Amino acid sequence: MKKIEAIIKPFKVDDIKEALNEIGIKGMTLTEVKGYGRQKGHKEIYRGAEYVVDFIPKVRIEVVVEDEQAEQVVGTIREAANTGKIGDGKIFVIPVEDVVRVRTGERGPEAV
Amino acid sequence: MNSGDIAWMLCASAMVLFMTPGLAIFYGGLVRSKNVLGTIMHSFIIMGVVSIMWVLYGYTMAFGPDLGGGLLGGAKYLGLSGVGADIGPYSDTIPHILFCAFQLMFAVITPALITGAFAERMKFSAFLAFTILWTTLVYFPVCHWVWGDGGWLGAMGALDFAGGTVIHINSGAAALVCALFLGKRKGYGTDQMHPHNLPLTIFGAGVLWFGWFGFNAGSALAADGTASMALFVTQVAAGTGAVLWIIAEWIYQGKPTTLGAASGAVAGLVAITPAAGFVGPVASIIIGGVAGVLCYGAVVMKGKLGYDDALDVVGIHGVGGLWGALATGLFAAEVYGGVNGLFYGNANQFVIQGIGAVAAIAYSLILTAIILKVLDAVLGLRVDDEEEYQGLDVSQHSEVGYRIV
Repeated sequence: MKKIEAIIKPFKVDDIKEALNEIGIKGMTLTEVKGYGRQKGHKEIYRGAEYVVDFIPKVRIEVVVEDEQAEQVVGTIREAANTGKIGDGKIFVIPVEDVVRVRTGERGPEAV
Repeated sequence: MNSGDIAWMLCASAMVLFMTPGLAIFYGGLVRSKNVLGTIMHSFIIMGVVSIMWVLYGYTMAFGPDLGGGLLGGAKYLGLSGVGADIGPYSDTIPHILFCAFQLMFAVITPALITGAFAERMKFSAFLAFTILWTTLVYFPVCHWVWGDGGWLGAMGALDFAGGTVIHINSGAAALVCALFLGKRKGYGTDQMHPHNLPLTIFGAGVLWFGWFGFNAGSALAADGTASMALFVTQVAAGTGAVLWIIAEWIYQGKPTTLGAASGAVAGLVAITPAAGFVGPVASIIIGGVAGVLCYGAVVMKGKLGYDDALDVVGIHGVGGLWGALATGLFAAEVYGGVNGLFYGNANQFVIQGIGAVAAIAYSLILTAIILKVLDAVLGLRVDDEEEYQGLDVSQHSEVGYRIV
C-alpha cells in the first residue's frame, strides 16, 4: 500500500476531491498547513514598512491506496491541482506497512 | 447668549470627546493582539484623569487671566470658581462652562495622541504619572501661550484655529522624545509587528474624521459662516490626504493600502486643523494633499532613522502639524479669517507661524525629556522583558482582549 500525501493550494481542494471521487477514491484526510517552497511567501505593507510572510497557507491531502492504484491517484491529483503557476505544491508517495480499521479490526487493504 | 451657538457647541463638545475613544480604537487595531486592551486603556482612562485635572487647576492654568509674560494663566478659575452658566471672557454667546467643556476635550485628546509612541512597552503606572505631569507642565502652558487670555504666541498674532501647534506639534514633539527615551520594543526589526485588526483601525479613523468636524468647526465657537467653512475645508483636506497618501505608496511600494488611506485622512485632518478658519476650499486641497505625501514620507523615513515610534505619532501628528502651522502662514486669506498669509502678501504671518511652531517644539522636547528622566528614576518607565513578551493586557491589567471559546 502507498500513502499519497499532497501539499496543494487550498482553493484546489474541491477539484481534487471530485477528481479522486471519479476514479473511485472515497476517503481522504485533510489538514490545513503552512509552508513555502521555491515561490517563497508574500509581501505585506503597513505604513511604508514591508513585511515578508514566509509561511503561506496550504492544504495537505492524505490518501492511502493499493500499490497498483498509486500512480493513477498521483496523476489525478497532479492534474487537478495544476494551475501552471508557481506554488502549486508537491506530491509525496510513501510506503505503508499496514492499516487497521478501528471499528472492525480488519487489516491491510481491506481496512482502507 | 445665542441658543443656536449653544446648541452647536454642545454637539461639538460631544463630538470632540468621541475622538478619544475613536483614537483608542484606531491605535488598538494597530498593535499586536496581546496589547489591544493596554493600548485602548491609555486613551480611555485619560478621559477620566484629565477631566479631574481640568476642574481642579487645568482650566485656570490654560485660560485664567495671564500671570504676566504670557506664559501661564493665573489662579482666578481654580476649582472652576466663577465658571458657570454666565458668559465668559472667550465668547459673548455661549456659557463660560460650555467653552470650558469644549476645551477640556482638547486637553483630553492631546496626551492620548502621544500614547501611540510608547505603545506596547510602557508601564501603566508610569503612563499615568507621565500623563498627569505632561498635561500639567506642557499642555496647559502651551495652550495658554496660543489661546489663553494674554498668551504670548496669541498676542504675537500666531494663528492656530483648532490646535495645530497646541495639540499636534506639541504631542508630536513629545512623542519623539518618548520613542527615543523608551527605546525600541523587544523584537523590533526582527519580529513581525503587524497591526492585529485593521478594520478596527479604519473604523477608528472614521470616528476621528467625524469628531474632527466638532474639533475644527467647533473652534469657531459659534454656529456661523466660519464654522461652516471650517467644516468644509476639514472634509476636503481629509479626503485629499487619503487620496494622496495612497497614490504616494502606490508609486513607491506598488500597492495602495487601507492603512494608508486611513493614515492619509488623519494626516490631512491634522494639517488643516490650524488653518481651518483661515483658508478656503482650494487651499485645503493643497494642505491636505501635501500632508498625505509628506507624512507618508516621514513614516517611511522612520524606518531609516531607526527609532520606534510604534504608531507613527511623530510622522503624522508632528510632521502634519508642523506643515499645517506653516501652511496657515502661507494660505491664510483675509476673506476667510481676516488675516493674510505669505501668498496674499503678508510674509510676516509665515514668520510668526514658524516662531510659534519652533517654540512649541523646543518647549515640548525639553520638558518631555525632563519628565521622562524623573519618572524613569522614580518609577521605571518600561515593563520588564517577560511582561513585554506576555503583552500589556495580561501583565498590566490581567485581561485578555480576545478569547476564542
